[in-house]
Amino acid sequence: MRFEYFQLIDRIVNLDLGERTIRTQATVPVASTIFEGHFPGFPLMPGVLLLESMAQASGWLIIGVTGFSRMPFLAAFNQAKLRAFVKPGDSLEITAALTHEGSGFARTKAEIRNDGKLACNAELTFRVVEFPNQEFRRHMEKAAAALAFPMESPANG
Amino acid sequence: MSSTFDAVANIIAETCDIPRDTIKLESHAISDLGIDSLDFLDVAFAIDKAFGIKMPLEQWTQEVNEGKATTEQYFVLKNLCAHIDALVAAKGA
Repeated sequence: MRFEYFQLIDRIVNLDLGERTIRTQATVPVASTIFEGHFPGFPLMPGVLLLESMAQASGWLIIGVTGFSRMPFLAAFNQAKLRAFVKPGDSLEITAALTHEGSGFARTKAEIRNDGKLACNAELTFRVVEFPNQEFRRHMEKAAAALAFPMESPANG
Repeated sequence: MSSTFDAVANIIAETCDIPRDTIKLESHAISDLGIDSLDFLDVAFAIDKAFGIKMPLEQWTQEVNEGKATTEQYFVLKNLCAHIDALVAAKGA
C-alpha cells in the first residue's frame, strides 16, 4: 500500500472472469504520517481506507469484467462492517465478487481478511461509465500493469 | 401490470423510505417521488433482481438527453412497469 498515492492494492493475485471474483494482496505500511494521528501511541489503519481498499479491489474486478472498456466510480456502501483492528505491517487479502452488473452500475460484495480472520466486509455500488478521457485510461492501464492485472484476460473471457 | 406495479411500489417504498400509499401508477419517480439518481440505482438493482432483467437505464437516459424521449416515458410508474413487463416478456420469448 502507498497511502500517499491512495494506492491500497499491492498485487492482483487472481482475477476469475468466469466466477466474477478477484483476489488481491496488500501490506499495510509500517510507517506513515497517518499513524501519527490515527492514533498516537496506538497506530491503526483508518476504517475509511479499509473501505477504499475494498472499493479498489472491486473496481479492478469490474474493469476486468467489462474488458477494460469502462471505469467504475464508487457510489455507495451498504452493510459496511469494520470487525477488527488492522495495524501497521499487517498483510491483507482483499477479495470481491460481482453480484450484479446493471446498466451503468454494478454491485459487489467485498471483504478483507487479516491473517485469515475477517477484518472488514461490505456491499458496494459503483456507477460504471466510459473512461472520461484517454489520459485517464492510460493512467489506469499503467496502474494495472503495476498490480499484475492480467491484461489478456478480457480477450480470453 | 398490477402485480408489477405492486412489486415496484413496494421496492420504492422500502428502498427510498417513501410511504407506500403515496406511490401511485401516475407518480413520476423523479419529480413526484423525489428519487435521486443514486437512490434510483438501488431501485434499479432491486427491480433487476426481482424480475430477472437488466433495465437499459443507460439507453433510456441517452434517449432523454438526446430529446428522443421524455422522462415521463420511462419514469412515470405505469410506463416504467410497462417497460418492465416488456423486458420480462422478451426474456421469456
